[in-house]
Amino acid sequence: MTTLFGIPIQALLGQLLLGLVNGSFYAMLSLGLAVIFGLLNVINFAHGALYMMGAFVAWMGLSYLGLNYWAMLVLAPLAVGAFGIVIEKLLMRHLYKLDHLYGLLLTFGLTLMIEGLFRSFYGVSGQPYPTPQALTGATNLGFMVLPNYRAWVVAASVIVCLATWYVIERTRLGALLRAGTENPRLVEAFGVNVPRMISLTYGFGVALAAFAGVLAAPVLQVSPLMGSNLIIVVFAVVVIGGMGSILGSIVTGLGLGVIEGFTKVFWPEASSTVVFIIMAIVLALRPAGLFGREK
Amino acid sequence: MNRQLPAYGLAAVIVAALPFVGVYPIFAMKVMCYALFACAFNLLLGYTGLLSFGHAAFLGSAAYAAGHALKTWGWPTELGLLFGVCVAGLLGLAVGLLAIRRSGIYFAMITLAMAQMVFFFFLQAHFTGGEDGLQRIPRGTLFGIVDLHNDLNLYYLVMAIFAIGYFIIWRAVHSPFGQVLKALRENEPRTLSLGYDVDRFKLLAFVLSAALAGLAGATKALVFVSATLSDATWQMSGLVILMTLIGGMGTLTGPIIGAFIVVLLENKVGDFGRALANLTGLDWFMRLGESVTIVIGLIFVVCVMAFRRGIVGELAALKARRAPAAKA
Repeated sequence: MTTLFGIPIQALLGQLLLGLVNGSFYAMLSLGLAVIFGLLNVINFAHGALYMMGAFVAWMGLSYLGLNYWAMLVLAPLAVGAFGIVIEKLLMRHLYKLDHLYGLLLTFGLTLMIEGLFRSFYGVSGQPYPTPQALTGATNLGFMVLPNYRAWVVAASVIVCLATWYVIERTRLGALLRAGTENPRLVEAFGVNVPRMISLTYGFGVALAAFAGVLAAPVLQVSPLMGSNLIIVVFAVVVIGGMGSILGSIVTGLGLGVIEGFTKVFWPEASSTVVFIIMAIVLALRPAGLFGREK
Repeated sequence: MNRQLPAYGLAAVIVAALPFVGVYPIFAMKVMCYALFACAFNLLLGYTGLLSFGHAAFLGSAAYAAGHALKTWGWPTELGLLFGVCVAGLLGLAVGLLAIRRSGIYFAMITLAMAQMVFFFFLQAHFTGGEDGLQRIPRGTLFGIVDLHNDLNLYYLVMAIFAIGYFIIWRAVHSPFGQVLKALRENEPRTLSLGYDVDRFKLLAFVLSAALAGLAGATKALVFVSATLSDATWQMSGLVILMTLIGGMGTLTGPIIGAFIVVLLENKVGDFGRALANLTGLDWFMRLGESVTIVIGLIFVVCVMAFRRGIVGELAALKARRAPAAKA
C-alpha cells in the first residue's frame, strides 16, 4: 500500500475530502457573514443557529411532509431566509444607528432562543438524515474511493460560492450592493430602496447558511447544537481571512477545512484547536487578516 | 468615596447578616462570585468600551488552576487562590496581546475564538478530568487558622474577597488610569493624539479584568468544591455580558444587581414554568426549567432592544431627569 509520511494515501485523501467538506461549510457561512457585515455592519451570531435551522427544516420536511432532499434544498433556504427577513424587519432595523456591538448581542440572544427552542422539542441527541438516493455509494477513482455525497457537497458549495461572487462582483445588482456598502445614503439618494436591499441581503446571507445546513444534514447528525460550535470556528475563519474580499472568504474557508483535515491525521488532539492557533499566528503577523485591509 | 461610605457600610452589614435571616449561604456566595466576575467584565465593557466575548476562559482557568493547586499539590488555600488569579492574569496577557490588535467587532470575535481554544484545551487536558471536571477540591483553612469547611466562615471570606475585588475596581475607575480608559471608550483616536499609549492602557485594563475574573473563578471553585467545564463555555461568556447589560454597563453597582438577577433566574425559572403550566394548561411550560437558555435569550433580546442602559443606568437617568425639575 502506498504511504506518505507513514500514513496510507487512502486515509490521507479521505481526510482531505472530509476537510474540504468542512471547509465548504466554513466558506459558505463566512461568505454569508461577510455579505451581511458589509451592508448591515452586524456580525450575525445567529448564523450558526440558522444553519442548524436549515438542517432541521430539511429534516422536518422529510419526516412530517415527506418532501425529499432536493425539494428541501430549495425550500429550506427560502423558509429560513424569510425567517431572517422577519427578524431584520422586526428587530435588527432599530439597532443600525447604535454601536455595532448591539447587533452582535441581539443575534447572540436570538441564538440562545432558537437553540433553546429546538432543544426543548428535540433534545440534544441528533436525528439521522438519510443520504439522497441518487448520491449514495461511492465512485472508485483508481487511486481512491470517492463517496458521492461528499463530492456533491464540495461541488455544490463551490458553485454556490462562485455564483455569489459573480453576482456581487459582476452584475448591476452586485454593483448596487457594493455601493450600498460604501455609502448607503448616497445610494438612497439615487432612488434605490436601501432598507429593502438591506432586508434582502440579510435574507440572502441567512439562506446561504440554511443551504449549508441542508447540505450538512446527511453528513452530520441533525442536532440543535450543530450550529453553535461551528459558528465560533467560522468567526476565527473570518478573522483569519478578513471580511474585505469575497473570494478571500471562500479560499480561507476551504483552506482551513483542509488544514483541519490534515491535522486530524497527523495530530488528532490539536484538530479542534488548529484553526484558533492559526488565527493567533495570523493576528500576530498580519492583524488585518490575509485578505483584509487595515483601516 | 466619603459620601458613599455610609451606603457601602450599610450594604456590608446587610450582606453580613444575610445568613442569619434565612438566606442559603451557598446561594449568596454564588451571587457574590458572579457579581465580582461581572464587575471585572464591566471594567472592560463599561469603562473601556471593549466587548470581550471570552471572559469565561479566565473564570474557568482560574477555577481549574486553583482547584489543581489545592487538590493535587496540596497548597494552602490562600496560595491556591493567588495561583488562580495569576494564571488568569497571564492568560489575559496572552489573549489581550492578540485581541487588542483589532478593535470593535473583531475584538469580540477574537476573544471568543481564543476562549474556545482554552475550552478545548481543558476538555482534552488530563489534569482537568475532562467532562467530569475537578471534584472534591479541599477548601482547607485560611492562614492555617480558620476552618473553611464551615459554610459560614467561607461566607465571610468570600465577602471579604468580593470587597477587595470591588475596591480595586472602584479605585481603578476613579483614578487617572480610569479616566484614560473612559477617554478610550469615548474617542480612541483623540486619546491617541493626546499622547497616550492606547495599546498599553487597553492591555492593562484587559489583564486587570482577567485577573479579577480569575479571582471570582478561584473563589467559585472553593465555594462549590469543584471546577467544571461549564465555567469555561461560551455560554458563560454570554451570561456575564447579560449580567452587565441588565444591571447597567459602565455603572459600578449595576453588574452586582445583574448577577443577582441572573443567578436568581437560573434557580427559579423552573418554578415559574410550573406556575405558567398550571395557569395555561400547556405542558410545554413544565420543561421551561430545563431550557433556561430560552428565557436568558429572550431577556438578552429585550435588554438590547429596549433597555440598553440597564437597571442602574435607567435609575440614574430618571434621577437626572428629576433633578432639574426639583430645582425649578
